[in-house]
Parts: sequence; structure tokens; C-alpha cells
Amino acid sequence: MAGLELLSDQGFRLDGRRPHELRKIQCKMGVFKQADGSAYIEQGNTKALATVYGPHEVTGSRSKIEHDKVLINCQYSMATFSTGERRSRSKGDRKSQEMQLHLKKTFEAAILTQLYPRSQIDIYVQILQADGGNYSACVNAATLAIIDAGIPMKDFVCASTAGFVSDTPIVDISYLEESQGGPELVVALLPKSDQIVEFQVNSRLHLDNFENVLDMAVKGCKDIHAVLSRAVKENVSELASHMNKT
Amino acid sequence: MKVIVSAAEKQFINSAIASGKRLDGRDTYDYRKVRITYGTERGCCEVQVGETRVLAQTSCEVVKPSGARPSEGMLHINLELSPMASPTFEPGRMSSLGVELNRLLERSVRESKAVDTESLCIVVGVKVWQVRVDLHALNFDGNLLDCSSIAAIASLHHFRRPEVTVSGEQVTIHSLEDREPVALSIHHMPICVTFAFFQEGKYLLVDPSDREESVMDGTMVVCMNIHRELCTVQMTGSMLLLKDQLSRCCQIAIVKVSEITEVIKSALANDAQARKEGRKHGFAESKVSSRITTGHMEEQTIPIKKEVDGSGSEDEMEDEEEEEEANGGREETQNGSDVKIDSPGVGTIGEGLRNTWGVPTEDSDDNGQDTIMEEKATTEADDKRGGKQELPEEPLDKPKYKAEVKAMESDSEEEETVVIGSEPVHNRVEENSTKLQEGELDLSLALKTASSSGGQRRKGTSRKKQKTGPK
Repeated sequence: MAGLELLSDQGFRLDGRRPHELRKIQCKMGVFKQADGSAYIEQGNTKALATVYGPHEVTGSRSKIEHDKVLINCQYSMATFSTGERRSRSKGDRKSQEMQLHLKKTFEAAILTQLYPRSQIDIYVQILQADGGNYSACVNAATLAIIDAGIPMKDFVCASTAGFVSDTPIVDISYLEESQGGPELVVALLPKSDQIVEFQVNSRLHLDNFENVLDMAVKGCKDIHAVLSRAVKENVSELASHMNKT
Repeated sequence: MKVIVSAAEKQFINSAIASGKRLDGRDTYDYRKVRITYGTERGCCEVQVGETRVLAQTSCEVVKPSGARPSEGMLHINLELSPMASPTFEPGRMSSLGVELNRLLERSVRESKAVDTESLCIVVGVKVWQVRVDLHALNFDGNLLDCSSIAAIASLHHFRRPEVTVSGEQVTIHSLEDREPVALSIHHMPICVTFAFFQEGKYLLVDPSDREESVMDGTMVVCMNIHRELCTVQMTGSMLLLKDQLSRCCQIAIVKVSEITEVIKSALANDAQARKEGRKHGFAESKVSSRITTGHMEEQTIPIKKEVDGSGSEDEMEDEEEEEEANGGREETQNGSDVKIDSPGVGTIGEGLRNTWGVPTEDSDDNGQDTIMEEKATTEADDKRGGKQELPEEPLDKPKYKAEVKAMESDSEEEETVVIGSEPVHNRVEENSTKLQEGELDLSLALKTASSSGGQRRKGTSRKKQKTGPK
């Protein structure tokens, strides 16, 4: 894998994008009938599916009931066929546990938890195809699913990744760019108020470049927000038109 | 078992933080004292950050490499949170805190490529070194992550692996006696710095202690090395932050990381020196063994205010282990006269409280001070307060006693029952209530009795007075 030119001299990345360009995003809300809210998102080759159940009574251990806010239960899993090589992953895997924790913390900060005390909201996310940016795809899919379920949130939660290659910050990194070992910055943002909900830096990134890469990631989040809000509006207008017909 | 923090405690800590104060007197960006001690075995190290303690041990063995990376060795880091460290840690399955800490340590040390794994290869695809760093939390007093990351790095630098020679097909792993073991190839030292946020991200503290952690909104962990490279940054807890807060944290982290790196390097150098000179090294030597008890407190500088009727004067006092001295300095007197404090740091050794059993004793000194004071006071008419003023210097006075004194003063303006030392307070009180108009009479009597008896029986004197009182 060494010797791959992540950024060509003309400024093109491996998949032909410019450094500031996001991958193509396609999303659909309300894909499942059973779940209260569901969504499917494709960011380039990364495909993620999210379903939301709730708010409902707390199942499982009653010791986790919180008297003043809702309990958010997240589950993250990657399908065995999602990566290049078929790999069965156990549920209790440390990395997936970490991902679950981060998703939970992210949505605890964004959902208006004090509206549903002593209840539980379940968020299940499944990665069907992993090509980099797993966490951001999960967050974006879960945001759409929560909106589909009608659970009130402070704002959209939009997540994006950014990297740094040949002195240039690049946005929305794919698996190849990720695995080269370069720095990766993941940001989840509430776009209207510019508040960062979740922030992660992996691999070595020099402090001087930190600001630029962060700005690039924030810009990426805002671009994703534009796409997601358009998708929500289309969904709502479609539903409204169906209602008007009957 | 969950940590239960009372609402009053939460409010107290929050308001203290809002006014820039911390419970242990640190500044907002100060770390607690970092102490690194090495054991006799290579790779064994214990790090203390304040009261939080983590023990680290590095070990290695030869294994077959993974299929994906046949030419690289492996590095595993594992942090054990046993109930020994804190009753909130449960044995068995790893809690979410454990998962989080382990992942952060993995990311900061392993995924930042601190250790050169390619140098751990012996024979490509057949044999590689697998290095394990096992961390055990011994005592939890907040900020386990920073302590663990320092321990892991210090331990990796201290560790030596056996030397290997490969000649054609033959691989020889030399034992420790055969050849001097070889240090690991470490590129940089990633150190984690934890920032705790309070009150919706308005205030931030570095190196939160246990109490502060129970009240915080969430943390941000910035892992950097001295070359100003961010190895890992992670926000934990459900908080909303702004971009400039992140930048500020990174700026503060640089300073802290360089300080801590210095501490690690000096500890390594000291240990290397000790080993070279053949001096005794290891835990037995380097551990502070003057006290085994947990009651030992660090030296602290506590600024105290002498609050006397609004006239406040700041006094810096070195407080070794008694905080009562500080209390004594702040003693208020109701009558408004100045509280005299001897030079700061004067430690009067308490000789015990006054006997309140009513049992006659020879030396019934309430102050534990010499009788000189008493005599001084007896001569000054209005000045039994003089005697009481000496009380603030008594370091181990219980508040109960002081309260009684105050009660005494309030209703005994004219009343004399002087006999400062030998008169028990409760007796005085009852006398006061009964004989307000006969103060002077009592004074003369009291003086007589005091001078004559000195250490007379209390009951005796009081009875005498009562008999002679209403005349």
C-alpha cells in the first residue's frame, strides 16, 4: 500500500476529489415500518443504517433509570461483510464499545433529555459497508433517524472527518487515506450554534496545523448539514403531500 | 457502587470553582505533585499524581506476528481497574470507564507509533517481540488517565528487552546474564493532559481530583508530545464546546506536557545513575517511608485572613499538618479587641482540654499555658478577657470550649468571678445568673480564693462563693 499518492500534483485525491470536496451523500428516511424512526445514508462507499426506538419504558436493568432525564442506549455494529475481508466481530469488542460510548455521549448532549424522564431511547446503528468515516456516517444516519422518530433535538448533529496530507487539509477521508497512517480528526457539530459535541484526533497531528484541519472539518459538517436538512424537508413535504391526497 | 455526592457539596465545589479556587488550594492550571519511582526490575514503575497511584510493568515475549503485519512487533497496553483503587470499581467485566481509559491509552501510545514496532521484528513472518504494558490502578483520587499514561511511558523507557542475534537460520535469544539487555526504540513521549469542564463549559480545570470529577460536566483529554504534535484528543462526557476552548486547551497542554516530560526524564536519569554507581535502587530506596499512615499530609501554603471587625490582614502561613492554627488565627472576639497572634507557625502543643468533670485536679489550667497568664489577668480588673484572648493561641482548642467562652463574655459585663484559670466555665455561668449585683463582692472573694488556693478545688471555691454570695 505504500507509494499511493494521496494528493496528486494537480490537487486531486485518489478518488478524483478536491481537498475540500465531500463524497456524494444520498440518504433516505423512514426505511423501516417497525421502528419509530429510521434512516439510511450513503457517504461515498460508506453505507450506514440507523433505527431509533423510543421514548419508551426502560427495559433491561431498572437500576439505570434516571429520574430527571432519558436514558440513551446505543448499539453499534459492523456487518461481517462490511470490510474488504470478511471478519466476524464479537459484540463486546473494545472498539465497538468505544464507538457506542461516543455515540451515546454525542446524542445525550444533543437530544432534549429532560423531556422524557424515566424513559429510554434506543439507537441502533449498523455499518453495511465501511470505507472510512464510520463514526460520521453513524452520527449523520442517527440524526436523521431521530428526526424521523420525532424526538426533539437542539439542532442537527452533523459529523465529518478531516485529514492532513502534503501540507493540505483534506475533508471526508476514505479508508485508503485513513489507513496510510496520516492524522485523522473527527468532529460532530451543532451547525447553527457552532458548538462541538464530539471531537477526536487520531494519529499525530502537529499543533500548528491543528486550526486549519479543524476549520476544514467544521466546514465539512456545515456542508453535510445543508444536505441533511434538504433531505428532511423533502421527506416532510412528501409526507404532507400524501396526507393531502387522502 | 456509585459515587454519591450531596447537592450541598456540588454547590460548594461549583461556587469555589467560579471564584477561581480549588479544594486543595491549587491554581486552575496546576497539577498535583507528580512522583515517579522505579523498582529493581526493569520496566517496573509506580507513578503518583497527588494521591492517585498507578503501577506499571512492561514485559515481553516472542510470538508469531499477525498476518496483516508480518514485519512488525506488537504492543499491548492494559489498564486494570481493581476495587483496590476505589470502591466504585467493580470486579469482573470492564466498566465503561475502563473501556474508555483503555482505548485512550491504546490510542495515545500504540496508535501514535510511540514505540517503533518494526524494530521489534526478529524474523519476518515467524518471530516478533510482543511487548505488554500492564497498568494497575492502586489508588484512585481522580485523573487516572494522566497518571496511567505517565506510568506507561516511564515504564517503557525503563524497560530492557533481551538481545537477539540472528545468524542465517539460527536465532539466539540471549539471556539477561549473557548479554546486556537492549532498550526499546521509542520515538516520542506522548503524555495525556486531562481538562475538566464545569458549568456548561464555562470553567475549566487541569488535573481534576476525585471530588471535582464527581461534579464535572465532562473532560477533554489532550495527548501531546514535546514536539508539539497532537497524538490524541478526545472529548468525553456530554458537553458542547466552542472552537476557541479547544485551542486554549491545546495551548495549556503544551506547557504541562513539557513539565511532565522533564519529571520523567529526571526520574529516569536518577535511576540510571543509581544503577550505574551500584547504589541500591528500587522501591525500597526511593519510596518515602517516614509514615505509613494515610494521615500524612503534604505541606501546603494556605493564605489566611485575620478577620477582626472588618480589619483584614492577609497572612501567609506554612501549615505543616495542623489546620487548627489557621482556625485559631481567625478567631473572632465579640468585644472587638484585637486578636493577638504570635508569629505564624508557632505551634503550641496542646496539653489537653480543661477538665470538665468537676473532679478536682491540681493543674486545672484551661489554657494549658503557664500560670503567669492567669496572674496577669487577675490583676487587670475588666480584663478577664485578657485571659480568654490567650485562647486563640491554643491550637487544639475545641470549638465547644470557645463557644462557652463567648457565652461567658456576653452576659458577664460587670460580673467578676475572675479567677481565670481555676474557675470552670459552667460554674461561672451559673454564678453569673444568680449574682449580677454582687459582682464586686465576689471579685474580692474570688481574688482571695484564687490567690490563696491557686489550684483549689473548683467545687470548693464555687460553694464558698455561693455561701458567701447573698449577703
